[in-house]
Amino acid sequence: MQFTIEVNSKSIRAEKGETILSALNRNGIMIPTLCRMQEYTPTGACRMCVVEVEGRERLVTACSALVEEWMKIRTHSPRVIKARKTIVELLLSNHPDDCLYCDRNLDCELQKLSDQLQVRERRIRGRKIKPRRDQSSPAIVRELSKCILCGRCIRVCEESVTATSIDFIGRGRATHVGTAMDRDLNFSSCIHCGQCVLVCPTGALHEKHYVTEVQEQLSKSDVTRVIQYSPLVPYALADELGVKYQRDFDRVLNAVLRKIGFEKVFLSGAGTDILIKELADAVEAARKNGEKKPVVISACPAWVKYCEQFFPEFLPMLSTLKTPQQISGAIIKSALAATEEKSSVYTVSVTPCTAMKFEARRDSMTRKGISDIDTVLTVRELARLIVLYGIDITNIDPEPADEPMSQRSSAALLAETAGGLTESVLRSLAIRAGGTESDKSAVKKLRSGNPFREGSVTEGDLTWSVAVVDGLKGFEKLREMLDKGSSYDLIEVMACPGGCVNGGGMIPAGSKEAVRQRSRFIYQADEQDAVRGPENSATVSMLYDDTFIQCPELTDRHLFHTHFSKRDVLL
Amino acid sequence: MSKIEDILTRYRSGSHESLIPILQDVQVEDGYLSEEAVVRIGAFLGMSTTKIYGLATFYDQFRFAPAGRVHLRVCNGTTCFVNGSAPVIAAMKETLGVEPGQTTRDGRFSYELTACMGGCNEGPVVCVGETFHTHVRAEDIPEMITKLKVLADLK
Ligand code: SF4
Ligand code: SF4
Ligand code: FES
Ligand code: FES
Repeated sequence: MQFTIEVNSKSIRAEKGETILSALNRNGIMIPTLCRMQEYTPTGACRMCVVEVEGRERLVTACSALVEEWMKIRTHSPRVIKARKTIVELLLSNHPDDCLYCDRNLDCELQKLSDQLQVRERRIRGRKIKPRRDQSSPAIVRELSKCILCGRCIRVCEESVTATSIDFIGRGRATHVGTAMDRDLNFSSCIHCGQCVLVCPTGALHEKHYVTEVQEQLSKSDVTRVIQYSPLVPYALADELGVKYQRDFDRVLNAVLRKIGFEKVFLSGAGTDILIKELADAVEAARKNGEKKPVVISACPAWVKYCEQFFPEFLPMLSTLKTPQQISGAIIKSALAATEEKSSVYTVSVTPCTAMKFEARRDSMTRKGISDIDTVLTVRELARLIVLYGIDITNIDPEPADEPMSQRSSAALLAETAGGLTESVLRSLAIRAGGTESDKSAVKKLRSGNPFREGSVTEGDLTWSVAVVDGLKGFEKLREMLDKGSSYDLIEVMACPGGCVNGGGMIPAGSKEAVRQRSRFIYQADEQDAVRGPENSATVSMLYDDTFIQCPELTDRHLFHTHFSKRDVLL
Repeated sequence: MSKIEDILTRYRSGSHESLIPILQDVQVEDGYLSEEAVVRIGAFLGMSTTKIYGLATFYDQFRFAPAGRVHLRVCNGTTCFVNGSAPVIAAMKETLGVEPGQTTRDGRFSYELTACMGGCNEGPVVCVGETFHTHVRAEDIPEMITKLKVLADLK
């Protein structure tokens, strides 16, 4: 039902049951918000969004109060502006004020608010919060003094990630965001997914930076400097650097990376293609051997840690295959160091993920103390590196990547969206059964966007049933289905809702719709690609027929497998 | 740990409302909330230890380390505040280097802030065991602590 309310002496249409904020936004009136997050129930905690409602003594929080027919609202009266400004001034009163040196300088919501509300002098002076920087995690850094206690990270971690690793600790002035027993993050149940980083309005949470380390290595002449990047990276990078993405941008990126000083540029997507092929093998083998248990994909390192700590009983079902990043990493170090010392090869991997920073440090990812991947950068960090090296990306000729991993299929790109890896494996199974493509209508169901999805596809005379957990919120449903006796051949779990397109190392999407938009781009790109799976990738053929045979370490492909074990952390 | 199991039998598993009463019982029993206790309670109630810790730290009454050999109680009541307890509390923090509810690293001292202890006319009041110190001033604290060190080392 629609009705009219009065806003700033003009009438606007409002919908019964919607919040004041939503009615205002739809009518082109913007109100600053801080604690509110789209798709989460509003708490009304920060009061940044207050408006004046005639007849109400107190100002009303627009993000949580519902519109009512009699309402006369003033959104920018002097009283309202003063209240909002005071909130910002209070937040700034104990803030460290080192904006120029902050990770989020020029990209900070607090900075923006203080500018919008024209805070130009310090009227309120509070005692500065004691700086405390938690660098214990290889993936996420917490800078507690920059926290403005909006609570967004806490809600995301609890309601979306379901790890519940952080909460408000203490009360009053001592309140801060912390883990159980106020431990450092690395000793908590945090799975390094970085979803909290995506929503933090300030520099209180960010990925651990390795740009300086990369710079140092780049200046060394006695190491072979190698970089590999995930299929999604060029698309995400174009967005971050403000250029329009075209397929050729992948090849531009190769040239850019060489300009920065990398000698070899490889595609992690070749690793994804190998993973797809090996997973299809595993699923087929399980069927042939009459195994009852599903193949559970372990390509998401945040999910793997989640499983190790919360559901160790699931571990025996997990596929031992490594993630694409680590498969490519193992190939690079092995293939290149047949002639050189492994320690003289320095490999960087660029991903949309923060948990990969943690993964690269797992013990089975190193050989004799040398990691297969030395440094993991997020898309955001790579953008900084490119800017730092002063490279004009609009003015560079495209170049191919290096052999033996110069090509990826579009199935590898598909794997960057939740459910995509499952689709890719199904596609491979279809091709093996003599087809070209898996059943379109079944695949459509797998793209629904629900946190839990399932489906079955018939390829030739075999039927495969699959399940996809899109964001860990969907995991409970999977357990329920398994308890009820559902059986699957293949299960995919992605910790980040939407998949890697919404990974902790990406540029924050801001809404579910924006995440969907990224997936739609991938589906489209997949439609247009000529090489749509490992079966017709020349790179994959060359790797299996040549590289793996030539290189003794790779011949039996044991390097593509890892192991998992129960993890003791405070849950 | 068996004592905690005794306590838990009095409560219904999975009921989040029981959290605070359980924490209180365990603290009375053990003197503090150990990490093992928090984990056990979390499993019993189906709650994340993060949430338990977050909620428990909202209240001054809970402590997460065993009390020091000498435990001081500093009155945080209204009258004592009017009589100047705030600088006393600040001096306590300064001298011991820990927050209320925490224990000094050498295990000698801990202190807590309490509600009115009934000595309002004599405030600010600091209580050590059964001994009441009255009209305490911030500048008295360092000496008080030095003297109490002897007591702590006897224990
Ligand atoms: S990285 Fe993920 S698991 Fe860790 S605190 Fe942030 S949201 Fe929670
Ligand atoms: S760390 Fe960031 S997201 Fe979390 S409460 Fe603080 S300001 Fe908000
Ligand atoms: S945004 Fe409305 S109260 Fe925080
Ligand atoms: S207020 Fe301190 S004893 Fe009453």
